[in-house]
Amino acid sequence: MSSQAAVAGTRKTGVSSNLDWSPYVAGIGIGVLSWIVFVVVATPIGVTTAGSQVAGGVASLFVGQEAVQANAYWTRNPLRLDYGTLFLVGTFLGALASALASGRFRLESVPAVWKERFGPSVARRYTVAFIGGIIAMYGARMAGGCTSGNGISQGLQLAVVGWTFLAAMSATGVATAAIVFRR
Amino acid sequence: MISSATPLGLLLAVVFGAAFGWLLHRGRVTDYNVIVNQFRLRDFTVLKVMLTAIVVGGLGVLLFVHFGLAKWHVRDANMLGVLIGGGLFGVGMVLYGYCPGTAIAAVGTGSPHALAGIFGMIAGAIVYAYSFEWVRSNILPVWNLGKVTLGDVTGIPVLVIYVMLAALALVLFAFLEKRSSAS
Repeated sequence: MSSQAAVAGTRKTGVSSNLDWSPYVAGIGIGVLSWIVFVVVATPIGVTTAGSQVAGGVASLFVGQEAVQANAYWTRNPLRLDYGTLFLVGTFLGALASALASGRFRLESVPAVWKERFGPSVARRYTVAFIGGIIAMYGARMAGGCTSGNGISQGLQLAVVGWTFLAAMSATGVATAAIVFRR
Repeated sequence: MISSATPLGLLLAVVFGAAFGWLLHRGRVTDYNVIVNQFRLRDFTVLKVMLTAIVVGGLGVLLFVHFGLAKWHVRDANMLGVLIGGGLFGVGMVLYGYCPGTAIAAVGTGSPHALAGIFGMIAGAIVYAYSFEWVRSNILPVWNLGKVTLGDVTGIPVLVIYVMLAALALVLFAFLEKRSSAS
């Protein structure tokens, strides 16, 4: 019963479904975009390498520029407005444009599925989102990429690293969801 | 090919990023509920988007590489790192409700709790940068297979693997659509 309510909550957030594209159309779009980036700029789609460059910029506010430059990881991935970081700016702008164009820009602090299980507390949702973000990013960096860079960009090349990543994240993700959302 | 370091390359970074963000939003994978319900095995939108992108992207890139218009960008399969990293990523992604790319897009659609997780991801990247030297000496070299694909490790020609993957995807999608129309 409660599970049906959760699914219903999900459907509702889709609002006017004629504005949504079929997941297959969106997937074909991302596949074709991958062709274009492989051919035109020879830079597969990825997010977290640039994400850690940004993190280096944030860290320099706290520990200073010298400390960041002395770090072996940030020496390899310094903060600059390069292809990777501008791709992230584009990702933000594209989603914003899509949301505005479809009239579905809305402030959502506590999503329906979360609220059904954990209640309406904004602080609780933000805290867990923050902790989840730490774990996800740490893991993505150790694995060398996230769902985009590892899952899609390496996966579509049949790279062992990509498919191992997909298998590992699916296994722990499904297990975590089963524990966290169990009744 | 256009160098990603030229002004045109940087402009294209924003354009390609925007296309990616638009596709993620239209495909509904910027929605916390859709992502979490995938891991609860109640909504297969994420799987449909990703698998379609991998099959379409992979077959196209295979063709472009065959005709000399693109190169492979396969990364090292450092198995211990990708298993631990991917495993952590799955846990973090379910707690957060987004992966790094969909998180940035979700902020664009007006999701403050996605922003909370972005701060978490920045923190996670900082923690990784400070543990990088240890990870580089103790985790990344363990069971490193090099830049291998599923074709290399199985001995099956990549075209055959792509065709099998496409067939598997079609059967899986047909099953999922039949099941959802029956319910």
